[in-house]
Amino acid sequence: MEIRRQGDCLEISELDPFLAELLRQIPESTNTDGAETAQQRLFSSPAAASQKEICAEWKLYVEPELRRVFQTATETVTADLQQLNGSTKPFANCTLRIPAQNSDAWLNALNQARLVIAAKYNFSEADLCDHYRSPIGSRRDLGLFQVNFYGFLQEFILHELEKE
Amino acid sequence: MHSYFESAVENPVIEQETRAAEELDLPWQVVVHNDPVNLMSYVTMVFQRVFGLPREKAEKHMLEVHQQGRSILWSGMRERAELYVQQLHGYLLLATLERMN
Repeated sequence: MEIRRQGDCLEISELDPFLAELLRQIPESTNTDGAETAQQRLFSSPAAASQKEICAEWKLYVEPELRRVFQTATETVTADLQQLNGSTKPFANCTLRIPAQNSDAWLNALNQARLVIAAKYNFSEADLCDHYRSPIGSRRDLGLFQVNFYGFLQEFILHELEKE
Repeated sequence: MHSYFESAVENPVIEQETRAAEELDLPWQVVVHNDPVNLMSYVTMVFQRVFGLPREKAEKHMLEVHQQGRSILWSGMRERAELYVQQLHGYLLLATLERMN
């Protein structure tokens, strides 16, 4: 896999089928359905539980707006990922071009996905620092690999944003 | 000799004035809490964007969050503090508003 800036795009080329599939899974990975801890992490409390008025107003007025922000970011990423569905050869390497103007949406969706996966598998700080674990042990190990791979993409996007 | 005035002065009725903490509108503070998932570089960028901090100061707060578990990013009126917390939640940071002691 190669990742670089190409004009107005961030280009990820030589994507093997495995990494391409992990990218395709970003939108699905942001889904918190049936995962209460993930839901609580994405929509964390704005104040101590004793601040009942603030928390109630937040649920009513702010949470729907946050949902909309997260949904919009995920939709942008989903649209960009359509590029990965065009190959006629199922096991060929492919290329993904992310328009620079979509960088913020990607950062947000990647962050959603990382937080949801980490919450679902209850990853500890020690788990998240273990970069040498094989991804082929269990579904949990694969989840950890996903979190690290998405983090790597975030780092690259941030690096490119800093140059602007 | 007695007058209403004198009587009032001798036995003044002092009304107890109590004000709820809310009425005093003590400053609020925006606190960001540690999170093992968010990247340090990402948190730094968010602090720069939301609070307009120079990179060095944003990194100082990010390290404070990382090492001490929390950092106070801003303090002031409640309405603005809520707006900052909303922005931070939009970036998926763990942030709360707290009343200053």
